[in-house]
Amino acid sequence: MSTITIQKVNFKVFRFNNIDDYLPYYESYTLDVTSEDVVLDILNKIKWEHDGSFSYRRSCRHGICGACAIKVNGRSTLACKESMSTMIEYFGTDLTIEPLSTKRAIKDLIIDKSDFWEKHESVKPYVNAKIDETPSCENLISPEDADALNEADLCIQCGSCHYACPVTEINDDFFGPAAFVSAYRFEADVRDEDSDRLIAVNDEKQGVWDCVKCFECAEVCPKDINPIEKITSLHQMAFQRGVAKNNVATRHAVGFKDSIVRNGVLDEGGLVLYSEGPSIIKHIPVALKMFKHGKIVPPWAIVKSDNIGEIKILAQSSSTAKF
Amino acid sequence: MEKLRYALFTGCTAKQSTPEQLMSTYAVAKKLNIELVELSEASCCGASHLQDYDDFLSLVLNARNIAYAEKHRLTMVTICNTCQLNTAMTKHRLDSDSNLKDRVNKELKEVNLEYKGTSNVVHFLYAIIDDIGLEKITSLVKTPLSQFNIAPFYGCHNIRPSELQNRSHKIKENPYRPTSLDNLIIACGGKNVDYEEKNKCCGFHVELQAPKTASILTGNAIAGAMDGNADWMVTPCPLCHLKLDTQTKHASTAIGREVSMPVLHMQQMLGLALGCPQEELGMKHHLTKVNFI
Repeated sequence: MSTITIQKVNFKVFRFNNIDDYLPYYESYTLDVTSEDVVLDILNKIKWEHDGSFSYRRSCRHGICGACAIKVNGRSTLACKESMSTMIEYFGTDLTIEPLSTKRAIKDLIIDKSDFWEKHESVKPYVNAKIDETPSCENLISPEDADALNEADLCIQCGSCHYACPVTEINDDFFGPAAFVSAYRFEADVRDEDSDRLIAVNDEKQGVWDCVKCFECAEVCPKDINPIEKITSLHQMAFQRGVAKNNVATRHAVGFKDSIVRNGVLDEGGLVLYSEGPSIIKHIPVALKMFKHGKIVPPWAIVKSDNIGEIKILAQSSSTAKF
Repeated sequence: MEKLRYALFTGCTAKQSTPEQLMSTYAVAKKLNIELVELSEASCCGASHLQDYDDFLSLVLNARNIAYAEKHRLTMVTICNTCQLNTAMTKHRLDSDSNLKDRVNKELKEVNLEYKGTSNVVHFLYAIIDDIGLEKITSLVKTPLSQFNIAPFYGCHNIRPSELQNRSHKIKENPYRPTSLDNLIIACGGKNVDYEEKNKCCGFHVELQAPKTASILTGNAIAGAMDGNADWMVTPCPLCHLKLDTQTKHASTAIGREVSMPVLHMQQMLGLALGCPQEELGMKHHLTKVNFI
């Protein structure tokens, strides 16, 4: 059995009461942290031993209810699941405890999560199907069909990914990774017959095409759901089910294949033209500067991949998508 | 110093919009006694966008690229974070799923190729740290960059998802507190600038479909480096470089603040420190003037 070690850790804890406080402030504590502690133990220690007014959400303590997600040194963390040893390994012994979103703070670590729930609801997170209201047996699906959910059904709506996503931070319309995971979970369900959900999550205003592919969501998910993988699947589903609209975002994805088939390598200028169409005009000022600095290779000067015949054969035989 | 040999997957950008990156890679390789065997047969990695459209085709094409490195019996070195992500992700998926590997190899057989899984795929930054070592690099520095505060900009696809990325190299990179590029700056004699945006996204991948989002992220990154009192930024990713170097006007408009700063590729920074001739580093290709040399 390994021995329990204890070390001193300095905490800076976000404090704010939106009724009394004009600005938030930080309270400092130096506490003994054991190798057995999870982050929630520290929050409890502060509340129970130092300041009973310190507020945060918690309930199950088993990584199931999703209530206790907070940020440690800017990283979304499910407090009851994350061990302090990992936090110390990541960030050292000076730790800052903050709510998932400081701008949405109500009281200390408790935030107004209404934006999260509104987006969750927007993707219709339920099986939408005409069902027999008096069924004679259960409506079972096969293990293979259940596997297609790809663990998206394990999401506990903790909001860790939602408030780690840089796009959610700056674009109020963007659904965010958690809502996309929910959308995927029901789009992948064989029983579901909804016809609007996939269209809504592929919409240019709020949909998957604004994902910057930074993998912050995959890094923070306490249930290892890998939200960006589901986002990628939603892109693919839009093409597979013929609901992908013809717009700059979809043409940008399809344009890669077009370019690869012709050259093996990408024709960067050609891709922008293929994606933007007449709107390419807005890129001309920067493009001219780039051309002047030797940063644009005209289509006729692009050096194609060697053995391009192989690439053409593979593109023909391996293609699985249509647009 | 022992000669190193790598198979170089240049990616598309280094051959088109960032020629200075390819030039400086070769210049630095010469100084470090590295032989680069260019994979001229390689196709585009799909850049995470082909993957949104046709996942299986992207796997087959990336497996073909790796198969050429395997034919040379060499480690594949990438010089673009997004090439690294998509190639390493393909490798991981094929190595951990024999059915998928069989399906991909069935396609490759048509062109007399086979993906075996025998070559590692690693970004140049990590290859030189692992195989040459920072101490050795420090000892080779001819012109220490001691008068500069340099802001590292890591780029998402070298550090996240960390579970995948840390399979490629020996040093364990913490995506929340990455150190490799900071340590390379220090090895070159420079002062590394710590700032919040150094491990954040530059917005490159949505530049066409969500230009405002992309510009805000670019603006925030440059502003963070400026507020950290950096003289210039350095990045291992040509896509980040394109955003930070060529899109300053849109970035400034988006965040309501004039932001601009010289941005070097990691190879250019290393080249300066190792005493490569300046014409081999291609600074004239930058849109934001490299004003300190």
